[in-house]
Amino acid sequence: MKTQGKVFKYKDNVDTDVIIPARYLNTPDARELALHCMEDIDTDFVKNVNNGDIIVAGWNFGCGSSREHAPLVIKTCGVGCVIAKSFARIFYRNAINIGLPILECEEAADEINVNDEIAIDFDSGVITNITQGKTYKAQPFPQFIQNIITSGGLLASLKE
Amino acid sequence: MGMTMTQKILAAHAGLDSVVPGQLISAELDIVLGNDITTPVAVNEFKKAGFESIYDNKRIAIVLDHFVPNKDIKAAEQSKTCREFANAYNVTHFYDVGKMGIEHALLPEQGVVTAGDCIIGADSHTCTYGALGAFSTGVGSTDMAAGMATGKAWFKVPSAIKFELVGKLTQNCSGKDVILSIIGLIGVDGALYKSMEFFGEGIANLSMDDRLCICNMAVEAGAKNAIFPIDSVTVDYLKGRSEREPAFYSADDDAEYEKTYIIDLSEIVPTVACPHLPENTKPASDLKDIKIDQVVIGSCTNGRMEDMESAYRVLNGKKVADGVRCIIIPATMQILRECVERGYYTAFIDAGAVVSTPTCGPCLGGYMGILAKGERCIATTNRNFVGRMGHTESEVYLASPATAAASAITGYITEPKEETL
Repeated sequence: MKTQGKVFKYKDNVDTDVIIPARYLNTPDARELALHCMEDIDTDFVKNVNNGDIIVAGWNFGCGSSREHAPLVIKTCGVGCVIAKSFARIFYRNAINIGLPILECEEAADEINVNDEIAIDFDSGVITNITQGKTYKAQPFPQFIQNIITSGGLLASLKE
Repeated sequence: MGMTMTQKILAAHAGLDSVVPGQLISAELDIVLGNDITTPVAVNEFKKAGFESIYDNKRIAIVLDHFVPNKDIKAAEQSKTCREFANAYNVTHFYDVGKMGIEHALLPEQGVVTAGDCIIGADSHTCTYGALGAFSTGVGSTDMAAGMATGKAWFKVPSAIKFELVGKLTQNCSGKDVILSIIGLIGVDGALYKSMEFFGEGIANLSMDDRLCICNMAVEAGAKNAIFPIDSVTVDYLKGRSEREPAFYSADDDAEYEKTYIIDLSEIVPTVACPHLPENTKPASDLKDIKIDQVVIGSCTNGRMEDMESAYRVLNGKKVADGVRCIIIPATMQILRECVERGYYTAFIDAGAVVSTPTCGPCLGGYMGILAKGERCIATTNRNFVGRMGHTESEVYLASPATAAASAITGYITEPKEETL
């Protein structure tokens, strides 16, 4: 599994309230919710994001609420991967369960700049910064988690 | 190697003699919980996956609490989805308007959750029930759907941090000041993926409401769960309440902890978390120049009976400052009823506050107290992120019910003084 795209960069402690504010959570419709993805910290995100693009952030990405709507809107916007120094645990679990690839890599999160072009090979965990000509190695997912993601989420994999 | 209390509960629910940190296990669930925001997503997933039955209609709890009584048409549709699912599968612990309360106050009060349980809830503050000596953690809607269908969930066994509590809180402090102080000390990811295990002679001085509040905000330090040992306070609380037999676990003497913090309760002062992270804590006494527009006393963190009592002690016979809106939200119908019986309700109204039926409402910026641009609120809620209670340029300060009530009277962030308590 691979992805490639340009980078949106954010700081530490990006919380689920800014990823998808609760004022919109009166619907479970992912496409409707995705129109508001990141809007409380980046009003241009939805306008500028393209399929395969990558979010890069600092420590504790996705902290706060357990709302699965958060990884879901990021995935629905077409984001191919979130790279962060660390993830809040419920977000981490939810991202896997709904099939949004995420990687922890401190060095990459520090050095990658906004708008860099990044390619990721999920089987090896190798992150290539095409713009800067650098590579990083993140811990690839264990097999059972890769299976969940490639199946499209936990329930799809349970069905298999 | 010995096991922590959390590890022992997980091992027992995975059918294993022992577990070690980092181990992936599949555990049997005693209760699977969802609310009116997370359940509709779980119901979609449940249907999409083609599940046709739930594992046990007595072990699923669906509580309508975030946007009820419904704030708008879409919220009403979400409640309807929950209601129809609960009816279709004969979910016995379905709590609709009139019977509902804020989930994490309601389930312990009604005895739905008990000591020794392994619980998942599609709400991050599910970690609250650690106060009863249960393993309890927040998950997403997909885990809820899988849990409802299979009665199981996968977990990575957490390593642990030990919090040794000594001494006794002063009269103007409560569990909220303890957990805010701890988050200020270790940071919003200070316990990431780990269990927070409480110990020490100071625990005996903490009421169940204090413990529920402390465990409630463990997720604000990134923790997977928090847990208190069983003592007479736990046993008394569960007696006549638990609908299932509780199971009492305790940590092995040689259990391993990555770190130990010693917290002297007698040194805790009324504490406030400033915008926009729960770790930005300061003594309330340092913030006396911060003018406020609104006060919220309620939520799954601080909407329990002792919290109402604390607000009453400060507000009784006083007036909310001009220009300040004070919103009080008892967390369950039972608490609301008790507020009426004890005369708190009248005292709150006489003070110029409004009292709402139970709802999460303003805590997450849903309704019932949304902030305009530039407005500032002191709240007994659990998060003060950007835009949490309304406009992205509004501010939330987190505090105890006593501090919030004292601030309502002055219009500025105010340390509660013992003479008023």
